[in-house]
Amino acid sequence: MIGLPHYLVVAAILFTIGVFGIFVNRKNIIVILMSVELILLAVNINLVAFSAFLHDVAGQIFAMFVLTVAAAEAAVGLAILVTFFRNRGDIAVDDASMMKG
Amino acid sequence: MPVQAIAFYLLAFVTLASGLLVVSAKNPVHSVLFLITAFFSAAGLFVLLGAEFLAMLLIVVYVGAVAVLFLFVVMMLDIDFAALRQGFVNNLPIGGLVGLVLVGEMIAVVAAVSSNGAAAKQALPNASPGGVPNTEVIGRVLYTDYVFFFQLAGLVLLVAMIGAIVLTLRHKPGVKRQDIGKQVARTPKTGMELVQIKPGEGISE
Repeated sequence: MIGLPHYLVVAAILFTIGVFGIFVNRKNIIVILMSVELILLAVNINLVAFSAFLHDVAGQIFAMFVLTVAAAEAAVGLAILVTFFRNRGDIAVDDASMMKG
Repeated sequence: MPVQAIAFYLLAFVTLASGLLVVSAKNPVHSVLFLITAFFSAAGLFVLLGAEFLAMLLIVVYVGAVAVLFLFVVMMLDIDFAALRQGFVNNLPIGGLVGLVLVGEMIAVVAAVSSNGAAAKQALPNASPGGVPNTEVIGRVLYTDYVFFFQLAGLVLLVAMIGAIVLTLRHKPGVKRQDIGKQVARTPKTGMELVQIKPGEGISE
């Protein structure tokens, strides 16, 4: 029988894949953004699984808000990426130092 | 094996495999396509959990908007992706190590929680408690208890939209645009000039 731990393990592995993707693709900011989306998807799976197994719909509401923020984050991140590409001509972010940060 | 378990294992496997391919694919276009696959099968998992509304929302928002946005940017920018992959192998050990630690910790927590935790003795979720559809359940609380958060989510999207437009909008110099304020402020005095022309000279300038 499929219980809550099954879903939690899937979410944990997906979260780890996202973190792993950030580590191994340090130059390619597009893949980093996609990894962040994977991490947020893992969080959503956790929220929905707990919501379903505890019979409380609040988790699904919160997952909706996470979805909203993820969409906004993707839009702003890609806009910054496009601006960055226009200014520099490439998207290698590991040596980005335009802001002298 | 019941059909639900088969569906779960299939969807979970496809989600995780395509998630792994997202971060390891050589071509970012392939990454985006695997991202779509991952979201699609995650939506399947949501359906298994009885959250149909969120599943459809995931497909509409992620596959319909976010993934297409990614695809658009990947295809629009002319990037040498081979150069960007340098360092992939160098970063592999540290990334793998961090990943193993993370997944070990989280699975330990899951095991502890499921053996003696909040959701230890929960049965399978019934898809629609009390016969009320999932969408209606969400609607009932979303527009009453969480209405301010709902409005706030709309505000977040508005700010993101304005931010994305402000960041990417660019006015090319030398392009004539309509300036309505200027047009309205025009009077006969500024719009017209009377010139006395002497015969045989023409107008200078």
